[in-house]
Amino acid sequence: MLQAANVWFSYVASGFSRTRAGPPDGGRHVLSDVSLSVSRGAIVGLLGPNGSGKTTLLRLMSGTLTPDTGTVTLEGRSVGSFSRLDIARRIAVVAQETHSTFDFTALEIVMMGRYPHLGAFELEGPDDLRIARDSLAATGTAAFEPRPFATLSGGEKQRVVIASALAQASEILLLDEPTASLDLGYQFDIIDLLARLNRDRGTTMVVSTHDLNLAASLCSELVLLRRGQVLASGPTADVLTHANMRALYGVDADVSINPRTHRLTVVPVGRAR
Amino acid sequence: MIRRRLAIVVAGFGSFLLLVCALAPLAGSTHVSLTRAFDRSIPFADNVDAQIFFIARLPRVIGAALVGAGLATAGVVFQALLRNPLAAPETLGVSYGASVGAMIAITLLPGTSIAGISTVPLAAFAGSLGALAIVYALSRARSRGMSSTVLLLGGVVLTTFLGAIVNFIQYLADFTQTFRTVRWLMGSLDVGSYGPIVAALVPLALAGVGYATLPRTLDLVTLGPDAASARGVDVARAERLALVSASLSTGAAVSLGGPIGFVGIVVPHLVRMMVGTDHRLVLPGAALFGAAFLIACDLGARTAFAPVELPVGIVTAIIGGPVFLWLLLRRVR
Repeated sequence: MLQAANVWFSYVASGFSRTRAGPPDGGRHVLSDVSLSVSRGAIVGLLGPNGSGKTTLLRLMSGTLTPDTGTVTLEGRSVGSFSRLDIARRIAVVAQETHSTFDFTALEIVMMGRYPHLGAFELEGPDDLRIARDSLAATGTAAFEPRPFATLSGGEKQRVVIASALAQASEILLLDEPTASLDLGYQFDIIDLLARLNRDRGTTMVVSTHDLNLAASLCSELVLLRRGQVLASGPTADVLTHANMRALYGVDADVSINPRTHRLTVVPVGRAR
Repeated sequence: MIRRRLAIVVAGFGSFLLLVCALAPLAGSTHVSLTRAFDRSIPFADNVDAQIFFIARLPRVIGAALVGAGLATAGVVFQALLRNPLAAPETLGVSYGASVGAMIAITLLPGTSIAGISTVPLAAFAGSLGALAIVYALSRARSRGMSSTVLLLGGVVLTTFLGAIVNFIQYLADFTQTFRTVRWLMGSLDVGSYGPIVAALVPLALAGVGYATLPRTLDLVTLGPDAASARGVDVARAERLALVSASLSTGAAVSLGGPIGFVGIVVPHLVRMMVGTDHRLVLPGAALFGAAFLIACDLGARTAFAPVELPVGIVTAIIGGPVFLWLLLRRVR
């Protein structure tokens, strides 16, 4: 339902603003000829070292950026042909970090997810409040409802932001390193939450991550990005191999089936020589 | 919930404003009898009460209300857009941009108008938009909002720079004109007639139309452009609309009362303390409370050292300076 076909992209720093570059022959490309297809109900993982273009690819898929060449299509139509509101009704995004300058409460942050469903002068009604409360409950953050967002811990904030994305009631969820900066317990909470959303609501997801075990346990498919190019893509079990981990990160890793979970587990052993 | 809270905010601040509006024209160095002021049987030329009420006091109260509302709402918008609670027309240098525009119109194009609107508010609008463009370019140089240090230093530098231009224009102008503009630069609501008020109403009404569509967008923009965009906000369009609206209201306010300080900082902060952070409550709250706040300050300016009437800018600075420092200590990390 969401596809990127032969996408090229580069940032060009010019004065105060970042603008798009010209044709693919000039400048350093953040993404070169990247193709990616996300089918309904799938959880696609994006793996790659820092600076490999994961965040940029997510921003292209949400229509925040426009590719230099190539196309990003949503339900068969170019993402650029949708209005911001139309995209927001279909795609919700969870950023790596969310800051709030002003003292919004957790509930107010979640209610902001209702924005694309309201008219310009429409105020939220009881239905919107119910959806927001359900989203808080689904992420285990109902107790934080009246608390100022800024006073929550990193993991609590991340779950409230996911609740805000749920309140958006979109079919697709794009998550940028949702477990980065979270401790081990919260990492499992987030993985469980995403798996449950996919199972219960059929939410389609694209998740960028550095956590190989998150990728192994959660994602149905993986796309490996190296220096802006697709190194490998396909079903998780086919892509998550010793050879690919070595090529992607330069790391020697044991990939095996864990006897307790019966899932793929990756144990990095050391720098590959 | 939000509906009820909005009704409470409008009713509460609205009735406070009405109360202040009703009392302020009656107070002053000379006692005014309302019955005599509205007595149509006495000719206006012989009716001192009516003259004081309708010529000295009423335009001043209306002017204070418009200026207070204009500066306070502009402060709210700047704070949201720049994601910084210390941003305001005064701290960003936008007030002084408007002053330069207005002074050029007063000194070089006296008495001219375009399409029936006096050039003063138009030039003030152009000046505030120009100053704002500089501030905004600075803020965009950093991806995640502007640090308070850069923001405030930028505002100080811009204000000093524009102050030099103001001095230059004054130096060229003749002496009587300089006397008038010096009083105006102190922030004075000694309007004296309804002409400037009518001229300022046009840009203020346009700003009001822009503000009406903004509040929810501002809430989302405070989370950052990416977060706002992901939730359906056309950020570039929203920023343009917000900047033009805030420039219009700053320009109108400054053309009427001069660069009155601290209203755009103090009022939004007090309103947030009372109603929370939701801009659907903060923006109308700041408009109503800003109007009432400046009427009250001007009442103080008129009566504290009666019969001498102080420029209101002195009163707002005496109140606002300490509040601003307190905010600075609390918010800047």
